[in-house]
Amino acid sequence: MIPAAVEYTRPSTVDAAIEVLADEDAKVLAGGQSLIPLLRLRLSAPTVLVDLGALADLRGVRQDGDDLVIGAMTTYDAILRDPLVGRYAPLLAAATQTVGDRQVRHLGTIGGSLAHADPAGDLPAVSLALDATMEVTGASGTRSVPATEFFVDYLTTALAPGELLTAVRVPNNRVAQGWALVGVAALCRRDNGNIADIRVALANMAPTPVRATAVETALTGAQAHHTAIIPACDRAAEGTSPADDLSASAGYRRHLACVLTKRAITGCIAGYVDET
Amino acid sequence: MTVTAEVGAPRRRKEDARLITGRTMWTENITLPGMLHLAILRSPMAHARITRIDCAPALGQPGVVAAFSGRDVADVQGSLPCAWLVTEDIVHPDHPPLAVDEVRHVGEAVAVVAARSRAAALDALAAVEVDYEPLPVVLDLEQALAEGADLVHADKGTNRSYDWVFDSGAAGTGGSVDEALASAEVVIRRRYRQQRLIPAFMEPRSVVVDPTGDQYSIWSATQIPHILRFLVSVVTGTPEQKVRVVAPDVGGGFGGKLQVTPEELICFVAARRLGKPVKYTESRADSLVSAHHGRDMIQDLELAARRDGTVLGLKVHLTANMGAYLGLVTPGIPLLGAFMYNGIYKFPAYRFECTGVFTNTVITDAYRGAGRPEATYAIERLMDELAVELNLDPIEVRRRNWIRAEEFPFTTVAGLTYDSGDYAAATDRALALLGYDELRREQAQRREAGDPVQLGIGVSTYTEMCGLAPSRVLGSLRYGAGGWESAMVRVLPTGKVEVVTGTSPHGQGHETAWSQIVADELGVPFDDVEVLHGDTRSSYKGLDTYGSRSLAVGGIALYQACQKVVEKAKPIAARLLECDPADLEFTGGRFQVRGHPDGGKTIADCSLAVFTSHDLPDGVEPTLDADAVYDPVNFSFPHGSHLCAVEVDTQTGRVDVRSYVAVDDVGKAVNPLIVEGQVHGGVVQGIAQALFEEAVYDGDGNLLSGTFVDYTLPSAADLPDLVTDRTESPAPGHPLGAKGVGEAGTIAATPAVVNAVVDALRHRGVSDIQMPCTPERVWQALQSASRSDQQGGGS
Repeated sequence: MIPAAVEYTRPSTVDAAIEVLADEDAKVLAGGQSLIPLLRLRLSAPTVLVDLGALADLRGVRQDGDDLVIGAMTTYDAILRDPLVGRYAPLLAAATQTVGDRQVRHLGTIGGSLAHADPAGDLPAVSLALDATMEVTGASGTRSVPATEFFVDYLTTALAPGELLTAVRVPNNRVAQGWALVGVAALCRRDNGNIADIRVALANMAPTPVRATAVETALTGAQAHHTAIIPACDRAAEGTSPADDLSASAGYRRHLACVLTKRAITGCIAGYVDET
Repeated sequence: MTVTAEVGAPRRRKEDARLITGRTMWTENITLPGMLHLAILRSPMAHARITRIDCAPALGQPGVVAAFSGRDVADVQGSLPCAWLVTEDIVHPDHPPLAVDEVRHVGEAVAVVAARSRAAALDALAAVEVDYEPLPVVLDLEQALAEGADLVHADKGTNRSYDWVFDSGAAGTGGSVDEALASAEVVIRRRYRQQRLIPAFMEPRSVVVDPTGDQYSIWSATQIPHILRFLVSVVTGTPEQKVRVVAPDVGGGFGGKLQVTPEELICFVAARRLGKPVKYTESRADSLVSAHHGRDMIQDLELAARRDGTVLGLKVHLTANMGAYLGLVTPGIPLLGAFMYNGIYKFPAYRFECTGVFTNTVITDAYRGAGRPEATYAIERLMDELAVELNLDPIEVRRRNWIRAEEFPFTTVAGLTYDSGDYAAATDRALALLGYDELRREQAQRREAGDPVQLGIGVSTYTEMCGLAPSRVLGSLRYGAGGWESAMVRVLPTGKVEVVTGTSPHGQGHETAWSQIVADELGVPFDDVEVLHGDTRSSYKGLDTYGSRSLAVGGIALYQACQKVVEKAKPIAARLLECDPADLEFTGGRFQVRGHPDGGKTIADCSLAVFTSHDLPDGVEPTLDADAVYDPVNFSFPHGSHLCAVEVDTQTGRVDVRSYVAVDDVGKAVNPLIVEGQVHGGVVQGIAQALFEEAVYDGDGNLLSGTFVDYTLPSAADLPDLVTDRTESPAPGHPLGAKGVGEAGTIAATPAVVNAVVDALRHRGVSDIQMPCTPERVWQALQSASRSDQQGGGS
């Protein structure tokens, strides 16, 4: 189908973009891999499209102290090829590798994916596991929102009207394919034979990506051994509320969450990243 | 001069450069002066009375020229045709292109807006006002047949369209199946469900109608330009000579464009009403919700056998979903399988019953294989179940029942005469290519070790009827047309050749294969042959492309037309060589005096002589052009053995096809590269039915799988590398020995994969999984098998 008529702007500065975003029916075009299909199906009909394609400042990856700062308009493909990401956030590279296809990866952006907040998307869960922070700019200035607070509900984030996600800040660290039925991202730090620190994030197990807190609690300080891991992983679906839809039942998603958490943690401990 | 045979050469397709780059004429590319764009408003309700419809508000929208509903054209739009009324008393409701008083499925067209641009037409749709009064929705096939059921067509008093029966006892082709069942040592009873599928051709459907003077030119992304011309003429009362239909390059069909569509007639009615050219191109969303679907049947099966594995008989009852109306060949699709449920086996008793049922869903109709995949699935799944019951290898149980090579031609219990084949040869080759014995060992090891990833091996030994079809047979089945095909060969003065074919390729590669045939038969270079198709002005006679018929039937017409050209050229060559025509032979593309291999004259020499006509023998007509129409005397019966190995993750239910071997016998391959491509595409669609695709309606009749996010077509990444090979049993009735290959892969692959998935989990108590075998369904099957195992106290 053809989208409904819409005004189009391509601002050359972040400030100019923020100014246009004051219109509450404005929509940000950050790669268009989700928005364009919605426009074509006429499920979304904004008055004005704010194309961020000209904002060179929002592209690219740089190191800032102990963090990586990834511009919101950095494409999946650029992330995939970036040497800093490969070195300090290989989980992000691994997750990006399986986003869509080559064409999608050349157009879609990390900021677009995070701001769209599709619970079946891989990057929101990865940002949770990476303990990322979102850098947000609005008319009244800039603020930082941790990933744990960023995803509010189905397709809903903590971005206020008029605000723009400009960058993602990822602590230097270290998952997942396609539209996942369920995705699991796990990250752990070992101290001798024990699990010193563990973070497990689940994609598509709730209206937002969520952390498997029961598993994290059970395994923090536990022995890095399957006798501890297996019973802990059976609790991966605790506190989740997965959808019951055409792709899978909620019960099957809960089951998958446990199986995949087990595999992700085992893979993590073995030093490699398993796919889901 | 050495002449290399073109037939049999793996030539790359001459049409591919333009098709792959898109630098060609698709219907959507056509722009005519003053052309209007149509947008169609579709019903959001599965069943409702239209209590009010007002198109007037759309007229005030920018760019809008006209808007009308079914009521505005009720008297002139006609009813969409069904050409296959399979029984005398079939219930056949009217099918208006634009719904008039009632809508019967989501996606049914209710109103049209014509505007100066496509965007303007789409914008204005929102202004059309429609009030619907909901009516009860009929979806479940068995409930639809129950006493007192809600009705799709209240005036018909029933949701039952027809009952059709074939009984080998009554037909004299075999014994009584009830006796076979009564005397059997083993009876396998199963119910299988053929899920609803969507053909999902690459190019959406598109129509342009140009009314100029009293002539109507219709361009359509169709498989059937000739049938469309005939039926548009009949349905609209327009004299046939005033209707021209063109199928320009068409991007796939898989049976999905074997239809006379509401959109084609809506465009025709709009063009006639407005006096201007109009165009409609569907969106993918429109296509999924309104273009006809395929399959959707319940199969109730009873197989009778002795304990030594000999099959004694098969009883089939089909409950087939027609959808809300009868499309072009809707009722006949299940019947195309009726003669194939016996597969490659020679058991003596068979009964097939089919009940066609109306529901509030989009119509079903032809989809790749049409009836034959369902039949093959049923018998090949049953043969596996019989093997398990008797503790035999699935190959062995087949071997004990199949027709042996020396028994051809073989008349089956369904009354067909299979022409040729060697099932053992194809199977042995496939077993070797797969490494069957080695995989069985690995399977045993994994079972022993309790590996969470289990291995399954699937077998499918199939045959199919191709070469639709002997016209007399079609007549006996109450089909509304014949099964012949035509070809015309035009030799141009410079010796180049134009072929006009009545087939209508939409991706099959006829231009290449037909050129190869002509090159061999007339001795002209491959590149000198141009194949024209799909325009009823040049190709006025034909029955189009479906059912693996084009080469099997149209190829013979082309061969015969070439022979006529040679006959016509002979006296002319004799004059040029100053000899008696009786002394000439035509070999290697040249007329030569017998015993004098030097010199001679070519078809090009003769065509120049015809062009000048200065010195033709008396009474010789100055042309080499010839045409031929061929009506087959029998179907052709390709066969093959497909084997695959799957890995099933028992923790997640995920199935990965690890290896797939297809050994097909399609007779003589005119172009082995095209054959391989057809097998690849076919196998992928067959695997897709087994593992991925399903069209799903919710309880209100909304299509849930209305986008490609939810209707999950596999991509290359989901599929294994395919190993293909061929055996060759030439078709005895065909001068080229060719049988047809368009549907083989689809027919074979689905049971091969499902058999493999079930085989992987058989030791865990799983004996069936409903298609598509999604991870969840596989996991659920394991769960319920282990539950019943526990309840049964283990076994």
